[in-house]
Formats: sequence, structure tokens, C-alpha cells
Amino acid sequence: MAKNVVIPIGPQHPSLKEPACFTITLEGEKVVNAVVGTGYNHRGLEKACEARSYLQDIYIIERVCGICSHIHSTTFCQSVEELAGVEIPRRAAYIRTLMAELERLHSHLLWLGIAGHEVGFDTLLMYSWRDRELVLDILAMLGGNRVNYGINTLGGVRRDVTPEQIEKIRKVVDIVEERNKYYVQLALSETTLAARLGGIGKLSHDDAIKFGAVGPVSRAAEVADDIRVTDPYSAYDEVPVTAITDNHADVFGRTVVRVLEIMESVKMIRFCLDNLPDGDIAVKVPRKIPEGEAFVRTEAPRGEDAHYVRSNGTDKPDRVRVRAASEANWHGMKHMLEGDYLADVPIIIAAIDPCYSCTDRAIVLDNHDTGKQSVIDWRTLREYSINWYKARGIDTGKIKIADSHLIF
Amino acid sequence: MAKSLFEKAIDWGRRKSPWIIHFNAGACNGCDIEVVDAITPRFDVERFGLMLKGTPRHADVLVCTGAVTLQTRDRLKRIYEQMPDPKFVIAVGTCACSGGIFDGCYCVAGGIDAVIPVNVYVPGCAARPEAIIDAVVKLLTALENMQKGTPAAPVDDNVADVSALEEIENAVTEASAAAVHSDNQPADSATTGSQGGEE
Ligand code: SF4
Repeated sequence: MAKNVVIPIGPQHPSLKEPACFTITLEGEKVVNAVVGTGYNHRGLEKACEARSYLQDIYIIERVCGICSHIHSTTFCQSVEELAGVEIPRRAAYIRTLMAELERLHSHLLWLGIAGHEVGFDTLLMYSWRDRELVLDILAMLGGNRVNYGINTLGGVRRDVTPEQIEKIRKVVDIVEERNKYYVQLALSETTLAARLGGIGKLSHDDAIKFGAVGPVSRAAEVADDIRVTDPYSAYDEVPVTAITDNHADVFGRTVVRVLEIMESVKMIRFCLDNLPDGDIAVKVPRKIPEGEAFVRTEAPRGEDAHYVRSNGTDKPDRVRVRAASEANWHGMKHMLEGDYLADVPIIIAAIDPCYSCTDRAIVLDNHDTGKQSVIDWRTLREYSINWYKARGIDTGKIKIADSHLIF
Repeated sequence: MAKSLFEKAIDWGRRKSPWIIHFNAGACNGCDIEVVDAITPRFDVERFGLMLKGTPRHADVLVCTGAVTLQTRDRLKRIYEQMPDPKFVIAVGTCACSGGIFDGCYCVAGGIDAVIPVNVYVPGCAARPEAIIDAVVKLLTALENMQKGTPAAPVDDNVADVSALEEIENAVTEASAAAVHSDNQPADSATTGSQGGEE
């Protein structure tokens, strides 16, 4: 009978670029238990948003995540626009869609490279990141920055797209499409890749629904869930979108979904460029937002991104809640890891395209002995922190916090 | 005293192949991706002999991104302590330099230099790969001067070039960071408390 070995991975580790701690229990080479410890990147952005005006918040919200920065600011802007009862001009909606699809291109190419790196296929990393640079150039041209483009504003977008820019985008999109054909072929027919990625990190159709997986993770398990189709926003009501699904339900399936989605994005970008309506790019939004709540969902490259904004009639939000895609996908991680080999752990983790900066918030306790799981909610967490500091001679418990702040 | 051949060889090795380790102390991911970008074909920082390593015990240069959150603070210190001497730290991104947009958040201890000494600051949100390469080259030049015994400017002055755009961006970041929220958040006062206790 083999003895169980516990291996802590992280928070600093070579394969992932962001800090997270995984405690993996092994029986021989097999993972029998996995505990995911996140929270290293928790910076308290939601709270920071409450202290600043809506316009300043866009700047913060963009920095929730440096990869899906545009989709976060879109979601936030949409929530505020909904509260203010403003409809953005069609041209602005198209530009937002265009940026979102360009962002998806760069995000999926980035993922493809990381996945290649995790399975020791560094050539793929170099190839796909080389192509990604072209997309970044376009994003920098449109928004002015390579990472946080800052193109969204309340009521529309800040920069227009000129005909010369459209020509440049077309050229780049052609190149990316050409190169991506190779990746599609690689993903679908390269036997080593299929052998390495197939059958690991399984998350079946039912489990994907049970754990609330989103984006490519759920679509790889034949859950046709794509907010662009089911609940169109921006210009997706006019832009033709096909939700790509696959039936492999493993890491291989997720790869296939992503490379095919690049192809879809290319088509959507072309559609946006062909049908870009004329008109204004922004409308005025009042500084003070009327009282109310808004909940908006969008499809980030990693899956569903949801923002909740509550306003109290002033120029600052009362509460902002960000629920990013990776947060939803973490819940199935334990299930995906168990039963697989230690060597597969990095690629299984990478396959959900994890992003910690948008995820880190709550603490999940997983007791291996009793098999019980418990989630620390805001109130308990607060009590815990008060006691923790009390034990060190600092009493923060005297500060009262309104019940309306405890929305979890 | 003149250096022995052995010492010269070590100096040369240090200059020509600095190994780096990358740690994200609480970044938005933007700068991390740019750091990785710097090693991919278009920028290819490996031509300066740089190599990305997985463990701090093999590394000479710590490339650090992001404002330091309370949870990573001790890890960052530990990683720094594990690195062999002489060690250098490059802070990449505005939030690594000063806390940037996250400065004043209840869970943020400040920039990298609030925890460990920093040699080179690379501002920019996100710092462009060109700026990161520039920082690396400046660090290597400073190292060379140090080895030669030339009274070089202290490494701290070798701030990587900042384009006008990045300067403006910094100003904006700092202005918004100045609007620090003094909300009645319990962790707020707790943070200041624990920091005050440690310094
Ligand atoms: S400097 Fe800006 S882009 Fe870089 S990690 Fe910080 S917030 Fe993100």
C-alpha cells in the first residue's frame, strides 16, 4: 500500500505566471486530493471602486485583469449605462465588439502558447506569441496601449476607427487567419498533441453544469453556453456568432474549442469592419447616476463575466461586484485534477486559462479527513480577521459596517 | 588588489548570463504578460544571455510585478532571501514601482520597495517590453561598471527610459491613488496597524 505524499505547489512556481498555491495529495503518481489556494492577488478593487467616481472606476476595472481588460470595462460601462438609462450609439457598440473580438484573438493565442509551454512544446509558444504581437499592434493602434486599451467610456468609446486603420486591421486579420489554419490543423491532427492532451482533466457535460463551469471549459463539454448567443450585448445582436462546442470534455477539447473560436472571431471582426455604422461614438452620461442596481453579463475570452453595480444617486457607486470567468471555473478544478497524474497537473490547471487577478477573493476550506467543504463568507471572514488582529492587540471590531454591505 | 582569473571569470559569467526569476506580487497580469512577451521572438531578451528560471535559488535577478498584497508580502521576502548574492531586483510596472492604482487598497502593502530593495524601476501601465529590455541592459551596464570599479552612478539612478506618454500615465495613476478611500473598512485600519507594528 503506497503512502500518500502531499506536495505543495506554489505560490511562486515556474509554470504559472501568477501566484496560487495548490496542495496536491498523491498516491504513487496519481492525484487523490487537490486543494486550491488562491487569494494572493487580492487587492481589494471592489472596495477601491466605491471610493472613486464612475469615470475613475473604469480605469480601475480595466486593471482587474490585464488580459481581458476590455471586456471588464465593457461590462462595467454597460451596467452604469443601464442604470443611467442611456443607449450607446451603434457605432460605439460596433467598436466595442471589434475590440472584444480582437482581445479574444490575442487571449486565445496567448493561451495556446502557454498550453504548448506546459506540455514541453515551446516552439508553439514562440509561434503563437509571435502572431499575437500582430494583434497587439492593432490593439495599440486603436486604443493607444498594448495591454489596457482604455477605449471604453461611459456612453460609448473614446476613439474612433479611421478607414486607414480598418485597412490595417484587415491585413493583420488575414495573416492571423492564415497562421491559425496551421494551429487548427495542429490541434486536430497532430498525434503527439492529441495523445498528450486527450483524456486528461475530464469534466463531463453533467459535471460542467454541476460545477458551473463557463466559457471554453463548458463548451468543450457540449454545454452550448455563450453569452454572445444567449444574451446578446453590444453589437452581437447583429454580428453572427456561432457557439463552438466539442464533445471531448477534456484538455484536448478545450484546445479545439479555442483554436476554432479564433476562426470565428476573425469572421466577426470582418463583419464589424464591413458593417461599421456611421454616427457618433459616444453620448453624454450624467455625472450622478440615479439610484438602482444593474447586473450585466458578457462573454470574456475565458467565459461569462458578470458585473453587479448598485448606485445610491451620487457620482460614486455604492457597491461593485465583479464575477470573472476564472472564478467560476476554479470550482471544478479539484474534480478535474483528481485521478490524473502529477505530470498532467500543470496543463490541467492551464487548460481553464486561469487568471488569478480577477479571481482572488473568498476562501474555500476543504477538509480532507471529513470530506466536508466550507466556504467562508464575508461576515465570517470579517470576524476572523477581527479576531486575528485582536490577538495581536489591534481592535478593529468597534467599526460598524452597514448590513447593506453584506450582500453575499 | 587585482582580481584573480577565477574572479574575473565569475564576473564575466554574471554579466553575460544573468538568470532571472519572475514573481507576481499582486499585479493585474498585464505586466506579467509583457515580461513573458519580452522573451518571445519579437523582443527576444534572451540575446542578452538572460534566461527565465523557475527557482529563486538559481536566479540573479528578481523581476517583480504588481503592488505587494498582504498575502504575498512574506512570500516575496522569502523569495528574495533565497536568492544567492549578489542579487538584483527589477520592479516592472507602475504598480510595482509605487503601488500605482492599487495604492491605498486595504489589501495592498505598497510598491515592491516597501518590502525589498529595488535596483531598477520600470514605470508604465503596462510597462512595454522595450522598457523592460532597456531596464535589463541598464542593469547589466551598471553591473559591469561596478565590477570594473568605475565609480558608476548607483544602480538606483538607472531608471529605465520613460516615454512622455508613460510619464503622463504615472501622474494620472498617482492622482487617482491619492484619492485613497478612508472607508470604514475593518481591514483598512488593520493594515495600517500591522504595517506600523513592523516597521
Ligand atoms: S502596472 Fe498596470 S498593467 Fe502592470 S500590473 Fe500594474 S496595473 Fe497591471
